[in-house]
Amino acid sequence: MAERILKSVSVRALKGAKRGGQYRKEAMIAYGILIAGYILLQLGAATGIIGRNLQGQFVPICVYMALAISLNLVVGISGELSLGHAGFMAAGAFTGVVVTRVLEKSLSFAPARLIIALIAAALVAALAGFIIGIPILGLRGDYLAIVTLAFGEIIRNFMNVIYFGLNEKGHLVFSFNHAIDGIEDANRVITGPIGATGTTQIATFTGAMLLTAFTLFVVLNIKNSKQGRAIMAIRDNRIAGESIGLDVKKYKLMAFVVSAALAGMAGCMFGQNYSTLAPVKFNFNTSVLILVFVVLGGIGNIWGSMIAAALLTILPEALRQFSDYRMLTYAVVLIVVMICTYNPAIKARIGAVWSKINPFRKRSKDNSGSSGKKGKEAA
Amino acid sequence: MADNKEKENAVYEYSDSGHGYENRQEIYYNDNVGGRAVFVDSKEQYEADEPYNDEVYLPEKDRGKAPILQVNGLGIDFGGLTAVDNFNLTLGRTEIGGLIGPNGAGKTTIFNMLTKVYEPTRGDIIFDGKSTKGMSTVDINKAGMARTFQNIRLFDKLTVEENIKVALHHTTNYGLIDGMLHTPKYRHEEFRIRKEAMKYLKIFGMTKTADYRAGSLPYGAQRRLEIMRALATKPKLLLLDEPAAGMNPSETAELMDTIKEIRDRFQIAVFLIEHDMSLVMGICEGIVVLNYGRTIAKGSASEIQSNPKVIEAYLGKSRGKMEEEKHENLEEALSKGRLASAPSGKPDAGKEAE
Ligand SMILES: Nc1ncnc2c1ncn2[C@@H]1O[C@H](COP(=O)(O)OP(=O)(O)OP(=O)(O)O)[C@@H](O)[C@H]1O
Ligand SMILES: [Mg+2]
Repeated sequence: MAERILKSVSVRALKGAKRGGQYRKEAMIAYGILIAGYILLQLGAATGIIGRNLQGQFVPICVYMALAISLNLVVGISGELSLGHAGFMAAGAFTGVVVTRVLEKSLSFAPARLIIALIAAALVAALAGFIIGIPILGLRGDYLAIVTLAFGEIIRNFMNVIYFGLNEKGHLVFSFNHAIDGIEDANRVITGPIGATGTTQIATFTGAMLLTAFTLFVVLNIKNSKQGRAIMAIRDNRIAGESIGLDVKKYKLMAFVVSAALAGMAGCMFGQNYSTLAPVKFNFNTSVLILVFVVLGGIGNIWGSMIAAALLTILPEALRQFSDYRMLTYAVVLIVVMICTYNPAIKARIGAVWSKINPFRKRSKDNSGSSGKKGKEAA
Repeated sequence: MADNKEKENAVYEYSDSGHGYENRQEIYYNDNVGGRAVFVDSKEQYEADEPYNDEVYLPEKDRGKAPILQVNGLGIDFGGLTAVDNFNLTLGRTEIGGLIGPNGAGKTTIFNMLTKVYEPTRGDIIFDGKSTKGMSTVDINKAGMARTFQNIRLFDKLTVEENIKVALHHTTNYGLIDGMLHTPKYRHEEFRIRKEAMKYLKIFGMTKTADYRAGSLPYGAQRRLEIMRALATKPKLLLLDEPAAGMNPSETAELMDTIKEIRDRFQIAVFLIEHDMSLVMGICEGIVVLNYGRTIAKGSASEIQSNPKVIEAYLGKSRGKMEEEKHENLEEALSKGRLASAPSGKPDAGKEAE
């Protein structure tokens, strides 16, 4: 009956908006990047093309990719600005350090220790996310951003005053706000502002890559599930979401908590990569850095944020030779990339050039030109 | 950025029309005709005369059954401004009811009170035998009331199919872990709701658009998608706020059929706001006319139409105006709302439409 109307709906007008198989395509690109990255970096390291300094960045690259993916769940999929992601990372990192130290004697198989630590880190970070999320998720936009910033700092400052050590029997000793007397340096696990010391480095490139793949798996799956749809629906139109019976707070909280748990796992892996780790590493700058990955990659674009995370982790290392101008160059690169990706005019020009040189021309034609235009229309 | 702005302006979001009281004119209906319609000299007298919630307003087939919706003395004030006052309604189980009135009459505001987007200042709403006092928008939907919006509110970045799937949320049976890991249970349920979503798409002949982004659909298709989405929550009462806005006459005609088909097939009640009189008069079994937030007339289509004063002063004028605007500039007419506000001047506008 209404089929007739549809004929009047110009199919050409709809072209480019079609999103059939979008999730499969997105997943293929994202996993492809991971696998290609893994092979390239391994080859580079084996042949000596990639130097020692950069090899030291392999685990952080994976960790930051995982963080970018997990933050995308809040910023891209849930549509809320969060500036406290490093806080959850810290919660996971220090939980992981404590767990692995405690298990060190009894469980000699490092990967098993790492997995237990990852699970513990996820739980602690999720709990932190839950406790923080409940009071603040009623807030919107800028207010939420400011409060998440504050909570991120609170978590980090909390780390400044906790002390963990192992006594003679190898049991964990915890003290709050003062140094642990009578425990020798070697048996200290976390020492307030000094942070974790004496950690056995059990993080490996392969392990970190697997964690990133897991994070990717979870986030992409959520995106294509009932929960993800509810989260995105609320992002697109809160009032309409309520009108079809979606509990706004519940789904905002869900995105926030899952994101926190994944950030905790990434933080745990990060913590296992260094023998010493101070809480100051997880300050506001780190939160902003992760947000920059997400924004640069194109908010909501998961594989984009992975590439951004990898490049921006490598870039400062690569720029090391410019020493004094390093941060300046870094900032300039950031600004240029921002302009190129967010200025519609420049974006359209790049798109036009790209469609000419694009080797996979046919496929990208459907969604290159339109995505920018559609974004503008929606605004 | 647009998002932020929308949030900031949340308080005003619902005044879709954005018109105030100042440019409205008093209308009085002097003729008293027989039947159920009530036309009175003044709003005060109307209030005194109206037989509240009389079964007489229910269509034949719904009499004897408990009405789906009963509204008594509903009213809301915004600051010192009374947007709706003393609104009464009885809607049958399978009735298609219409709510009409000039721009700014308070029609959308009534929908917002029914769905608890606004908490009414006065009055009771009895939905399906239960008072909705203390219920939230979410509770209302779970209780079985679904709505569409005057200014379309789709989940723009989701596909057409996803827009319906998300409305099937509460009948989709799997947890977060299933969703995260895509367990067999997830796959089974997703397969089932995909088929169900297609069923709804089929009613509106939109199966071919399933994979398109909702925001990219043409206006008329977006309106239909909104109805489907509301329908997918399996409501007992469907509220449609100007479902035909932005549709051309043939689309509107099809929409009329579809609304009737939905009612017959799902055996639900429909309450709709519409400026397109062909639609209202064509399918509504009972009509309420609202002005300045007060009810000025109630009755069947023929009763509302049979009053020459109403035709000339209100319906006729708007028909003429509507046609004019349609030809001139559809965009502009849409943003203004198609019905001209109140019968101001130009007595010949009514004749034009005849
Ligand atoms: N949130 C609000 N705050 C203040 N005034 C409001 C609010 N919502 C609605 N109003 C006022 O209530 C009156 C009724 O508005 P409403 O949107 O219900 O009219 P309407 O009958 O739906 O008109 P239209 O046919 O143009 O859609 C208007 O004067 C409007 O300005
Ligand atoms: Mg309205």
